[in-house]
Amino acid sequence: MPLNLTDMESTNAPAKPQFSAAAQDEIKRIITHYPADRKKSALLPVLHIAQAEFGGWVSPEVQTLVAETLDLKPIEVYEVATFYTMFNLKPVGKHVLEICRTGPCMLRGSDELTAHLERLTGAKVGGETSPDGLFTLKEVECLAACGFAPIVQVREKYYEQLDTPENVDAMLTELRNMVHRPILPWEALAQN
Amino acid sequence: MGRKLLTEHINVEGIDTFEVYRKHGGYRSVEKALKTMTPDEVVEEVKKSGLRGRGGAGFPTGLKWSFLAKPEGVPRHLVCNADESEPGTFKDRHLMSKLPHLLIEGMITSSYALGANTSYIYIRGELLYVLRILEKAISEAYANGFLGKNILGSGYDLDLHVHPGGGAYICGEETALLESLEGKRGNPRNKPPFPAVQGLYARPTVVNNVESIAAVVPIVNDGGDEYAKLGVGKSTGTKLFSACGHLNKPGIYEIELGVPVEEFIYSDEYCGGIWKGRELKAVVAGGSSVPILPKELILKTAAGENRLMTYESLSDGGFVTGTMLGSGGFIAMDETTCIVRNTWSFSRFYHHESCGQCSPCREGTGWMEKVLHRLEHGHGHMEDIDLLVSVAKQIEGNTICPLGEAAAWPVAAAVRHFRDEFEWHVTHAKEAARPGAVYPSKAVLA
Repeated sequence: MPLNLTDMESTNAPAKPQFSAAAQDEIKRIITHYPADRKKSALLPVLHIAQAEFGGWVSPEVQTLVAETLDLKPIEVYEVATFYTMFNLKPVGKHVLEICRTGPCMLRGSDELTAHLERLTGAKVGGETSPDGLFTLKEVECLAACGFAPIVQVREKYYEQLDTPENVDAMLTELRNMVHRPILPWEALAQN
Repeated sequence: MGRKLLTEHINVEGIDTFEVYRKHGGYRSVEKALKTMTPDEVVEEVKKSGLRGRGGAGFPTGLKWSFLAKPEGVPRHLVCNADESEPGTFKDRHLMSKLPHLLIEGMITSSYALGANTSYIYIRGELLYVLRILEKAISEAYANGFLGKNILGSGYDLDLHVHPGGGAYICGEETALLESLEGKRGNPRNKPPFPAVQGLYARPTVVNNVESIAAVVPIVNDGGDEYAKLGVGKSTGTKLFSACGHLNKPGIYEIELGVPVEEFIYSDEYCGGIWKGRELKAVVAGGSSVPILPKELILKTAAGENRLMTYESLSDGGFVTGTMLGSGGFIAMDETTCIVRNTWSFSRFYHHESCGQCSPCREGTGWMEKVLHRLEHGHGHMEDIDLLVSVAKQIEGNTICPLGEAAAWPVAAAVRHFRDEFEWHVTHAKEAARPGAVYPSKAVLA
């Protein structure tokens, strides 16, 4: 996967991002999982936290923040963030719909599902977010739920058996009505 | 329905909690191992069981364990490979989300056997929701004295952590997984040194699949000999199969190894036959990387014997007329399936997932995808068919890790068994390129 430099350019220059207190506590907990001189091991889990904290993508500023948090050089974060497909390097809509396109899902209608979702949301796969800013469509490879194909993942949730209009509508309705993304365990912890 | 060793209680309400799991006999293997067995005795039972790695390679687990180097004063690690990503495979997700304590119990018993005091479960990043389930179960296990210091007063200490990936099929390869766990890109390592000598943090490490580690629980509870009584020949015990594609009842089935393939596909106890009353055309029996077989060869071997769900029977005939059990990802395709399109989809997958380290794989997977794309879309030439076979051959054996083979085998097998359909895509290019086009089969063409 070549590094696309244009992807790394920020669209707007926000103030320096900071992790919330809850996320900082979670990061501290995660770092204890690894030997003291192997903090770098926490990089993937911390990138997931960063993506959840900062609007569903990791901007260059956020990647730099992750580097500072783990005492890494920024390049060590960039090279990892660009290797793994889950990290979005450009701004995304409120909900990123990750549509599985691999063989078993294709056998059960993922191509038709993708076309259907493009029509319903107005977003384009791998391209523009829907005009209302709600949906970004992304085709992904096998999500390991082939027996329940076709499948869409949104954040930490799998929507399965999307081969009926009812199931697709139910998913979109749920997402359209969602005011905030579901709260994550460390955020719940901080609230208590 | 045969005996279930892993999933017997999977539908019990609350089985994901420590209390209910314990009530149903959970954590007995930890008590038995830590209180009555030495670590080597546990390894011995696993060897006796004949358990073979359930991730796909089928390497004997006990033997893998016995390779672990044990230098004085150097920590060792057990890492569970929960990076389930092989297309067609979805058993580990099921097992972990429904029975988190079974994996944790297996991790404790296995870590004890290997002398590991810090162990990790590396789970694919897409399954963050399963990571939450596992973390909750792990904290219950700590609270009940099954993890942490001096477990059950045995003097044995173990910490267990779950680590998410970031979306990369290649991290299912054990050395790529270790790189990823160290916070790097998932580029497989050159071997030797093998992980058993230099694995995580250059320390001796065993990497095992989720299902293999879960199987250690019944093996220790009942003894390796009891486990080995199930199954056929060197295919001992039970195995989880992920059934998907054009089946009436896709899903996860735990079966005693040895069930006939025909029974697995057609019996109402299992997949319930092919959907929409259609005929079966082909099966990929062990995850997308194993050779595809046409109906005739998946139901019976070339010698005319019933094909069984065992490592030996599925590979009977080698790659000429056989396939592999692999990860147990069983993908069935009905008579309307376009083999060229399906093969293209798998090639696109491997091209997308190649880490790019080795030229034969990085370039070869791209070429296979490109050639298959043009065949499927009506721009192919007759020479393209042999070109595919040639590219596949040049990838095979020329890469650091087995992703190269995984990408080459399905293409070579599709051409081997369905050459006429590939040729039809050239001779009837326009017709074949139509969305939903169905190859009319040799009989109709003749």
